[in-house]
Amino acid sequence: MTDVSTPLNATPKVVEPTLFELSSPGRVGVTFPDPDVPRANLPDSLLRADLPLPELAEVDVIRHYMHLSRFNYSVDGGFYPLGSCTMKYNPKINEDAARLPGFAFTHPLQPVETVQGNLVLMHTLQEWLKEISGFAAVSLQPAAGAHGELTGVLMMRAYHHARGDAKRTKMLIPDSAHGTNPASSGMIGLQIVQIPSDSRGNVDLAALRAACDDTVVGLMLTNPNTLGLFDEHVEEVVKIVHDCGGLVYGDGANLNALLGIVRPGDLGFDVMHFNLHKTFSTPHGGGGPGSGPVGAAAHLAEFLPSPLVGVIEEGDGETPPLYGFIEPKHTIGRVKSFHGHFGMLVRAFTYIAMHGPDGLRQVAENAVLNANYLLARLRHTYHVPYDRICMHEFVAEGKVEGSDVRALDISKRLMDYDFHPPTNYFPLIVHEALMIEPTETESKQTLDAFAEALIKIAEEAKTQPDLLHSAPHKTPFGRMDEVKAARDLVLCCWIP
Amino acid sequence: MTYIPITPPEREAMLKTIGVSKVEDLFQDVPAKYRFPKLNLPAALTEMEAAAELGELAAANETVRDLVSFLGAGAYNHYIPAAVDHILRRGEFYTAYTPYQPEVSQGTLQAIFEYQSLLCALTGMEVANASHYDGATAVAESVNMAFAVFRGKRTKVVISPAVHPQYRATLRTYVQGMGLTLAGDAPETVTSDEVTAASIEPLIDENTALVIVQYPDFFGRIYDYTALIEAAHAKGALVCVAANPIALGLLKTPGEMGADIVVGEGQPLGIPLSFGGPYLGFFTTRKQYVHKMAGRLVGETVDNRGQRAYVLTLTAREQHIKRERATSNICTNQGLMALASAVYLSLLGKTGLRQVAELCYHKAHYAAEQITKIPGFTYCFDTPFFHEFAICCPRPVAEINAHLLEHGILGGYDLGQDYPALKDHLLIAVTEMNTKEEIDALVDVLSEVSHD
Repeated sequence: MTDVSTPLNATPKVVEPTLFELSSPGRVGVTFPDPDVPRANLPDSLLRADLPLPELAEVDVIRHYMHLSRFNYSVDGGFYPLGSCTMKYNPKINEDAARLPGFAFTHPLQPVETVQGNLVLMHTLQEWLKEISGFAAVSLQPAAGAHGELTGVLMMRAYHHARGDAKRTKMLIPDSAHGTNPASSGMIGLQIVQIPSDSRGNVDLAALRAACDDTVVGLMLTNPNTLGLFDEHVEEVVKIVHDCGGLVYGDGANLNALLGIVRPGDLGFDVMHFNLHKTFSTPHGGGGPGSGPVGAAAHLAEFLPSPLVGVIEEGDGETPPLYGFIEPKHTIGRVKSFHGHFGMLVRAFTYIAMHGPDGLRQVAENAVLNANYLLARLRHTYHVPYDRICMHEFVAEGKVEGSDVRALDISKRLMDYDFHPPTNYFPLIVHEALMIEPTETESKQTLDAFAEALIKIAEEAKTQPDLLHSAPHKTPFGRMDEVKAARDLVLCCWIP
Repeated sequence: MTYIPITPPEREAMLKTIGVSKVEDLFQDVPAKYRFPKLNLPAALTEMEAAAELGELAAANETVRDLVSFLGAGAYNHYIPAAVDHILRRGEFYTAYTPYQPEVSQGTLQAIFEYQSLLCALTGMEVANASHYDGATAVAESVNMAFAVFRGKRTKVVISPAVHPQYRATLRTYVQGMGLTLAGDAPETVTSDEVTAASIEPLIDENTALVIVQYPDFFGRIYDYTALIEAAHAKGALVCVAANPIALGLLKTPGEMGADIVVGEGQPLGIPLSFGGPYLGFFTTRKQYVHKMAGRLVGETVDNRGQRAYVLTLTAREQHIKRERATSNICTNQGLMALASAVYLSLLGKTGLRQVAELCYHKAHYAAEQITKIPGFTYCFDTPFFHEFAICCPRPVAEINAHLLEHGILGGYDLGQDYPALKDHLLIAVTEMNTKEEIDALVDVLSEVSHD
């Protein structure tokens, strides 16, 4: 367990003061001009008495955040093999593109005639995502992967209801699924039926058949799944669900492995979300913003969230077509304000434009190559429970024979070697899971150094296990007292 | 390819280690008939070519810098201090993942903790989460929370028709399948002389889980909701106030009025308009409801070296632990946008935010006063407003806006789109970015319309 060597009532050393602690009355970081209009009477009874915000100079603010930034591990700083998160390099041109004043200073409610550049970009991206995924239509509105899932399950529900089939209330979800899948279905009141995996990491076909009946809304399938494995019977899985009248939702979290390799729409998936912040290189931002467009097969296209971008006036030889917003006929409605995370759409557009069809296929090929290379280098050191050729990631067990170290200890020790740990303890069907996704943007030298660190750590686990139990040692911070955080619940440094 | 560092000889060596002869051999599990589709996409551009193409697309737009803008309606043109983007462009922040490994994520964790603290200070509430996608989804999540607080036993939500039309639309989508009823979502009831803060009060009953109002409301009006909140509490219902954060630089906080949940669109806090996103949904509540709140939450603790530090806490509420019983499905949120708002608030601070709020207030009131001097242009409502106000026009708004655009002015929002009784009503937003000259120019062009 976590070793807290300091008594809890002792004053801990402050590494970086908070903004509130740095504050000094009267200091100000930015000033504004005096009003150039007469002052109006303020509504006295509606004014606040005090505004307890910190008072800082610009240099205070910059140094504070510079200090904080040094405590972060990042893709720009090093290898970040966080399984299921696709922590690929985020090209700098994307950032410049999204900040072009022509994009950054447009208001979402401007007349469409004044924002044709934005709308052409969005329409083109819709078309590209359709082509990449094999779907008939795409909405760019959802804000993140889980938001795309909610959108997708609402569409599946609406599809059945539109056919007068309201008895379908069950969503089938494999035991290897991301937590967002059951949570998204749970949000709209569906009952979750968990489907086990077979010994090769595929969906267990017998269990799937047994669960399929006329109360099934559909199946939420991540393929490749969270073991990093492409389901060997994917066509059969889709057919079984379709045969009972259900629909198949594709969790696009792992689409990076499939670019130019196979299109989910061709495999029979009915609806799927994309994670632009995984597959198409928009940055993760320390937790967001993401972007989760949703693609739909023809029979679900009219249920997509509103609005889509479309041609509202055809062009001719001289005038280009006029793009605007259109509402699908049976739309589930709006899932957020305005038109999606436009700034993220610009980044993804830039990325796809710079890759083209061959470049995208190379992305998937190299992501899969890198993962299989790491798997080959590590499978003799760490047990890999579903050991076959993987796609973009694989899951090993964070255990070492003859040692009591756990996946957590191995992960923390990796930080001392200046690597970000893999995803821990997920998927739930692997004990002490270490889920490793290198992505295509890592060099062979980096992969070799990472493999060697993990091999060395396995040695340390046998010879000096305490080194792992107490790791990390070389980072600015050690292990955290998570129990104290949950018990004391200090969530705010400003006390009302 | 630019972003793939593996060279052909390295690839050969790696394939040998893997034990296959070519890359294609790694894809044997993919059904052969669908394998390696030919994608009909344009050929790859170099960075130089892509930069030119993006530049052309961007140049095809007219922006709020090219035009003089009086458009608000949920997204506002404010000044963003230069330092904000310099922080956002630090790769240490924007290329990090969610801070699941606290030993190497203290930068993000402390930044979120401070964001939570700043939002509590601003709204007068006790706890804030790490963000939602935008104001609309934050409102929708307030319903999820209230539903959880009452364990699904109260099944009615009362929402004011003066809440942003897109927030109400989003809420209608979110509640599909939840088995609850929405009352008050009736834009046709909004006429120019009624629907005030109190008019939804009769809808609140013992089955009401949540009452939702906006502050200032969609029409820019400011009400003290204290009495409405007391009335809702008397029926046992919770109250969510969707607030504009700039207005809170000046106005009484919803916390002070007794609100249980305060949410809102954080875009005005240093986030570019960017054609509608990414923005920031903020969500704050009372400490007693923290276990029912959605989203990530950062708490203070110590590490094993005795250093003050921060971790994600109460994670048992969240989807990756609780799966279908989670308070929400939210995972990725708006981390970097929350950082933007925190940098913005720390730069402006106590005096700067008040200054911006007052500038908005004074300029909007000057504009409203001048516009209503033009024959045919009158106030719709007789209520105090902040930086946005509804004007009844002598001509259809579409015509007026088209005429304004010819003069390089981006007009206001056409309220008739959402409120049938408010045909010919224009919603005008004024911020610190609008100079007196711009306002006078708007008044001049509107006067021409009146004379035509």
